[in-house]
Amino acid sequence: MNTDESIAKSDAAEKPILVALAGQPNVGKSTVFNLLTGLNQHVGNWPGKTVERKEGTLTHNGTTYRLVDLPGTYSLTANSAEEVIAREFIIRNQPDVVVALVDAAILERSLYLVAELLSLPAPVIVALNMMDVAQQEGFRIEPEVLEAALGVKVVPMTASKNIGVHKLVEDIDKVAHSGYAYKPKRPEIRADHREVLEKIEELIAGCVPAPYPQDWVALKLLEGDREITEMMQDCLSDAQWEAVHDVLRAHDDALVAVASGRYEWIGRMIRAAVTRPKAGQIGLTERLDRWATHPFWGLLILAGILGLTFWLTYAIGSPLQNWLNTRVVGGLAELMRAWLAGAPDWLTGLVIDGAIGGVGSVLTFLPILIIFFAAMGAMEDVGYMARAAYVMDGFMHLMGLHGKSFLPLFLGFGCNVPAVLGTRVIESRRARLLTILLAPLVPCTARMTVVAFLSPAFFGSAATLVSWGLILLSLVVLALSGVLINKTIFRSQRAAFIMELPLYHIPNPRTIGLLVWQRCLSFVRKAGTLILVVSVVVWALSVLPGGEVDTSFLSHVGRWLEPVGRLMGFDWRLMVALLTSFIAKENSIAVLGILFGTGEGTGLAATLAATFPASTALAFLVVQMLFIPCVATVAVIKQETNSWWWTGFSVGFLLLVSWVAGMGVFWLARLGGL
Amino acid sequence: MRNRWNRHQSATVTAPGNDVVPLSALRVGERGVVVEMNGGRGMLGRMTGLGFTPGAEVTIVQNFGRGPLIALVRDAHVALGRREARRLYVRRRAG
Repeated sequence: MNTDESIAKSDAAEKPILVALAGQPNVGKSTVFNLLTGLNQHVGNWPGKTVERKEGTLTHNGTTYRLVDLPGTYSLTANSAEEVIAREFIIRNQPDVVVALVDAAILERSLYLVAELLSLPAPVIVALNMMDVAQQEGFRIEPEVLEAALGVKVVPMTASKNIGVHKLVEDIDKVAHSGYAYKPKRPEIRADHREVLEKIEELIAGCVPAPYPQDWVALKLLEGDREITEMMQDCLSDAQWEAVHDVLRAHDDALVAVASGRYEWIGRMIRAAVTRPKAGQIGLTERLDRWATHPFWGLLILAGILGLTFWLTYAIGSPLQNWLNTRVVGGLAELMRAWLAGAPDWLTGLVIDGAIGGVGSVLTFLPILIIFFAAMGAMEDVGYMARAAYVMDGFMHLMGLHGKSFLPLFLGFGCNVPAVLGTRVIESRRARLLTILLAPLVPCTARMTVVAFLSPAFFGSAATLVSWGLILLSLVVLALSGVLINKTIFRSQRAAFIMELPLYHIPNPRTIGLLVWQRCLSFVRKAGTLILVVSVVVWALSVLPGGEVDTSFLSHVGRWLEPVGRLMGFDWRLMVALLTSFIAKENSIAVLGILFGTGEGTGLAATLAATFPASTALAFLVVQMLFIPCVATVAVIKQETNSWWWTGFSVGFLLLVSWVAGMGVFWLARLGGL
Repeated sequence: MRNRWNRHQSATVTAPGNDVVPLSALRVGERGVVVEMNGGRGMLGRMTGLGFTPGAEVTIVQNFGRGPLIALVRDAHVALGRREARRLYVRRRAG
């Protein structure tokens, strides 16, 4: 596994000390990571995976530490990509220190991961985060007692208030330097399974590939770990595997027994260190949840929060977008025009309409993205995201989706780009992929702009009805596609619905700010490049060779595709309008204005209404709604799926769906006499 | 051989008796001790990671009789689908 690509190369002589940050979800890992590294961090993906990988550096007393943030996982048994990434990193890269972050208010449960980490060959420091919350909830924890019981360093912390971070760095320093005697108490397996574990270890002795620890592999075999089982099946001879398999088959309940054993061990370790609150005390979280997770009030609260998000987008985002468009992008275009005066027309066009147009569309996405990311980040950080998923879960299950898919999809009404990027909150890869595939079917504001212009032209007073009908149609197609893709490609694999509802806490502006910053940066860097390239290419196709759209290469493509369009009553001009909508949905109207020689005003509306029958108009609107999304959305689909195959599938699927739906509506309308 | 993963596993501490009910049958505020967990390996793996093991005490925080429910286990609030909650048997505790 290549994980060394971003080591600071400046000081090759002294290898930086490698620190891995591990912890269960919702223990404040990002906050601690951000406190330790500040802006010295790099966000990417784990090689070959769609799981986010954060890495950063920290300098303390002249020593440089390289910090790698491992994915948040509840255990280290191979249930998902995250668990495999976390344990493979520790086993293969053997970090100098593993900081295990635990939630002091959920001590027993969050030490479960620590119990697993202690079996791996890397020294562990336990960072006891959220001490303030634990105190509020009535726990009294003595870190020194816990330290003595576990045999590893325990650092009490309240990362949200920057308490304990300094001590953590000092302890990392102590553990990383030679001379520190690391003698942890390792969890032992329950007596009733000790013998069988020894038997397995005996059977696999000498056959375990380096650098996997033999006793750990034996334990994972007993737990029925998928990856390790496959690995050992390959390493052992058939006869050897048969022997191991016989033992395992006789103990296939061991997974639960091993887990119980770990919790029993944890119970013994913390008994002396923790005083529990009196039972029956009702905390803030439960009081808030009476409303937030209620089947009726919960939906109302969710609707309110989403309404607020959209209001913010329109109140702040849209004016900012306009300002960027006219002042910044427009200003830049003016500047370049003056500067390029006297240059050939094609060059002026390339720079101003092609390049600056592309930059402009990347830039004008930013206000919306910032607002949406900030809203989602705040909901996640407060702990509300899980509640939103909880109240929407039943509904989303109808489409084979998880409750967590609701929020990103809903954001799609504003813009499909943050919808696709927002799917990062979904842990299950399958559910995330399905959500990404469905997101372009949510009608975004840009599509609605086109509908808002064209439907009054064709349908007069019935325009509102047609617009709502189109939205409804999109959502029905979305639901049907969800069911279809889930049933066929994913074969109805349904992830069990088990999800933690973290305690509510006050959001940390720094955590949210950094999240917004990183997401926007990666959008500009990765998706931005693709958007720019495609914009320039489509622009070039639309003006070459003669400089006019109606004689351009694009118009040739439109004419070539006309037979397909004719099935819905389209001529080549409507096909060209659809093709250019790939850059931005609003382009359709501008291009139609050019092709019909009327500009974009009421003249165009009247001309279109006179040229095409209502059936064609309706089909055009339907295709426009379901057509492949704009290039920005396609670019982020590529960025998030990390796969051209799935990006291609998405585009192909939407082409097919829009074409079938367009034809269906056209012929139904014809039959209905339109 | 791969069938091993698809086969449903169960871990029983005590044979289900009269006071042993699925978790989904407990009302808000009622407590129970987990005695049996059924499900595939993947689901059991996630359940144990979230704190459900035989012997763990569970308190119901929300249960409307249909749809998902919320349980408190090892000091953590965990939402469970009804299907998942039906496969988890608990011994009802008084008080």
